[in-house]
Amino acid sequence: MTVASPNDFQESLQPQGWLRYFSFSLDHKVIGLQYLVTGFIFYFIGGALAGVIRAELASPISDFVGRETYNEVLTLHGTVMIFLWIVPVVNGAFGNYLIPFYVGARDMAFPRLNAVAFWMIPPAGILLIGSYFITGAAQSGWTAYPPLSITTPALGQVVWIVSVLLLGGSSIFGGINFIATVLKLRRPGLKLMQLPMYCWAMLGTSILVVLSTPVLAGTLLLLSFDIVAHTGFFNPAMGGNVVVYQHLFWFYSHPAVYIMVLPAFGLVSEILPIHSRKPLFGYTTMVYSILAIVVLGLVVWAHHMFTSGTPPWMRLFFTIATSFIAVPTGIKFFNWLATLWGGKLALNSAMLFSCAFIVNFVFGGITGVALAQVPFDIHVHDTYFVVGHFHYIVYGGTVFVIFASIYHWYPKFTGRMLNEDLGRLHFLLTFLGFNLCFAPQHWLGLNGMPRRVAEYDPSFTTLNQISSVGALLMAISSLPFLYNVLVSAFRGEEAGDNPWNALTPEWLTSSPPPVENWIGEAPLVEHPYGYGVEEDTLSLEAATGRDLWGGAGRR
Amino acid sequence: MPIPSSLVTLLVGMALVLSGLWVGYNVNLLPLDASANAPVYDSLFRVLFSIGTILFVGIVGLVLFSLWRFRRRAGDHTDGLAIEGNLLLEIVWTAIPAIVVLFVGIYSYDIYERMGGMSSLNDHAAMHRMPPPETIEASVMVADASTVSGGGTESSPRVWGGIGTAAGEANVLPVEVTAMQFAFIFHYPEGDITSGELHVPNGRPVELRMKANDVIHAFWVPQFRLKQDVIPGQPTVLTFTPTKAGSYPIICAELCGPYHGGMRSTVVVHEPDAYEAWFQKNSPLTATVASAPGNPTA
Amino acid sequence: MTSLATNTSTSNAEAASAQAHGDHADLRLFGLATFLVADGMTFAGFFAAYLTFRAVNPLPEGSTYELELLLPSINTMLLLVSSYTFHRSGRNLLLGRMGPCRAWLLLTAALGAAFLAGQMVEYFSLPFGLTDNLFASTFYALTGFHGLHVTLGVICILLVWFQTRNGGRVTSAAPFGLEAAELYWHFVDGIWVVLYGILYLL
Repeated sequence: MTVASPNDFQESLQPQGWLRYFSFSLDHKVIGLQYLVTGFIFYFIGGALAGVIRAELASPISDFVGRETYNEVLTLHGTVMIFLWIVPVVNGAFGNYLIPFYVGARDMAFPRLNAVAFWMIPPAGILLIGSYFITGAAQSGWTAYPPLSITTPALGQVVWIVSVLLLGGSSIFGGINFIATVLKLRRPGLKLMQLPMYCWAMLGTSILVVLSTPVLAGTLLLLSFDIVAHTGFFNPAMGGNVVVYQHLFWFYSHPAVYIMVLPAFGLVSEILPIHSRKPLFGYTTMVYSILAIVVLGLVVWAHHMFTSGTPPWMRLFFTIATSFIAVPTGIKFFNWLATLWGGKLALNSAMLFSCAFIVNFVFGGITGVALAQVPFDIHVHDTYFVVGHFHYIVYGGTVFVIFASIYHWYPKFTGRMLNEDLGRLHFLLTFLGFNLCFAPQHWLGLNGMPRRVAEYDPSFTTLNQISSVGALLMAISSLPFLYNVLVSAFRGEEAGDNPWNALTPEWLTSSPPPVENWIGEAPLVEHPYGYGVEEDTLSLEAATGRDLWGGAGRR
Repeated sequence: MPIPSSLVTLLVGMALVLSGLWVGYNVNLLPLDASANAPVYDSLFRVLFSIGTILFVGIVGLVLFSLWRFRRRAGDHTDGLAIEGNLLLEIVWTAIPAIVVLFVGIYSYDIYERMGGMSSLNDHAAMHRMPPPETIEASVMVADASTVSGGGTESSPRVWGGIGTAAGEANVLPVEVTAMQFAFIFHYPEGDITSGELHVPNGRPVELRMKANDVIHAFWVPQFRLKQDVIPGQPTVLTFTPTKAGSYPIICAELCGPYHGGMRSTVVVHEPDAYEAWFQKNSPLTATVASAPGNPTA
Repeated sequence: MTSLATNTSTSNAEAASAQAHGDHADLRLFGLATFLVADGMTFAGFFAAYLTFRAVNPLPEGSTYELELLLPSINTMLLLVSSYTFHRSGRNLLLGRMGPCRAWLLLTAALGAAFLAGQMVEYFSLPFGLTDNLFASTFYALTGFHGLHVTLGVICILLVWFQTRNGGRVTSAAPFGLEAAELYWHFVDGIWVVLYGILYLL
């Protein structure tokens, strides 16, 4: 039997024009942009919270905001940036917009579930932010470790739990939709191994979402019982066990790193070949490395707990497992380098952000492998070294990719180009600000500055001020970006349907695309990365080093 | 005369490795090493730092070189080479990282073992060694009774985590650490001293038996390169041997509430005779000065 | 400049009919199964927590992990039988025999309700309350969360029963509602078997 497509849901009942972005639209492209814009609103809120943190840390004493407020701000910053910005944007926004194109479908497998998943986000976000003004927000960090989360003011913590449960639910619904769409909704004739890499990334991500997010939901339910009903699961005063919470929490929250990073890997894999005019290098190994990351990502969580009460054998196992994630991740990076090699690289904003992603993520990955080593971690765990490390992963990695993707797909969303000069200015400010902000934090952590503190040893003042200046630069960098995306929507250069001469299916229709994606039948794209001059094909074994160094295309 | 590219590659690679090693062994990012395991830690750090520098500089170099060398010239609308992959290359860059991380993993395991991380906690005999001699047992009981709610009181003091003493280590100085919002209290069962600062003699192994009264804290001394969570209901242990006299900060590294940033103390490493003097001066058995800063229940 | 046309083909005729209106095969059961995997992970998290608590956290003096076995065993039988009755109902639906289908459905709902009643009786006869000790809390959380699923299942069965009336939405040609409820019910039963094993027998 067949199921009604969104089209049967009476287009006339769906608002048209700009109003549809505020409606319960079933169109995956509308939902994708809803995710994207909502995500950016929360990005700026989370950025403002980061601004408060950096302002407080500009001086070694607690003087900018109250101590409770500071803890509320750092809790909100983490929660907003993870659950309301990065996860919804790299999964929800780009996933919803691109995946149906990539599989050759007219919409996601469950359009209504898709809309429900999106509309769970605004209430969750409003609850979370509102809790700060009305009841006082949670103060126990985004990790909400008990017993602190049990002993801090209960109302804010409960609101936080409700909000995260909503967001987790949204994420699970989204994940189910992506799995069904990628596996079951492919256009006839399209094979799995012909899918653009982002599909594989989203498939892997969604598997992680479906397997790990429910565990977080269950854990937070138990935590809320502890707070509201005074049970003792995680309350040592009642015989509970706080470390069990940490295990369950990190069983979700380590895969959450891959939930944030794998889609970014996928997006970069789409952007690099187009702007390098070369096929994606090593498609097959890219696919298997994603699957390997998914499997390994589920069994490394306890590396967040090396200083907790974990037995030594467990530390050993998780050290080895974590280190080995570097192997499939490394494969992906070498493949991207090989994709660049010998190409015709357009040095536009999308390319610059993508290459900066490689640089930042490699740095974060190296500190990550170091952190996986128990003895190393025992010194720097819960310090600014870790803060620097994970910002290199999620900001330097994922957020840079989000910006690259905006520059890359903006013509698709709007039919107009972004201004390249403003884009490069945005890139320069972001890259400088980011590194200025987070690189010094590694040294701070190594030398004795713990994370989540409002005050610190005065000898760390200079570096913290440098870090705060970097944060200020990052804030400033969003001005040219905002101006660019807002003004270009109306006055940008006309893009045409396919400004990048891309081969992936989303470009083989008009920009912006029609409601059901294609007029007529969806194209069958068997070689989404089929760039390159075929007659120049050159086997690497036969090539001389001179060919390779010279980029043999120019012989 | 053109230089063969293989030679260039080799030279660049060697320069990269040498500069990485040089950076790793000459750029010092770490604070003073004041415990026996700190130099061990530092040698691991140098290895990781060297490998990391080589990888990072190499990859960044490749990215920058590609961006410059393969940039699209104005008016060039052709494509690059249609190279879709290369099995040999894939095998190489799978195998090399695998070997590197395996090496790093085994090496850090060795370091961890030398730090005492693998020695005692899983070892049944050591767990039974934990209950201290009679006198100390009594004072533990006293301390338990005097602290607030204390969390789950267990019949036998099970140690849940941390770094234990190497088996057969004698002459260990036991100190009971109680962490609470927002202070560490140190109690010396040997002399019944209670103090807000940790005083230890240089060169003698110290065993911290740590418990928390309210929320999770973490005991961290950057100069010792050691950290252990102090967990309510789950006593942990941390053993170290100070090697350099001086005063070092003790920092709480786990978010524990509004004054988390202010939860700091000092560890003072004395020369043995100075420690003996401090001990004599503060022990209630020899003097009456002590326990003034002490009682945590207040 | 490579041509786009070489890499894309728009001539796959068989695709045309399926694609023209964006219709596709019914994926709802697949979606439900994926959701049940997620739901199962929630239970898995609870089970892991329970087993860990049990392995490492001693209970206070005088409390025990022992439970009465008779009532829960009867309850287990009720649920297992209800899985069978639901299966019978589904078979009858596919054969177009609506009468037996609805009768089996009602029987299934009754068995589910009996299970819930049994659970209530057990709750009131237990010597411990929700916050008494770690085991009590975990016991109530696990059985309560499962009971919530059973309650939801019984409600679904009654809804499906209503929809199988003459002129209702669930027919042998459109069995989705019943199939979904059946899949869900088997899942809930399966979870109970695991739960019974580790909570009561272990």
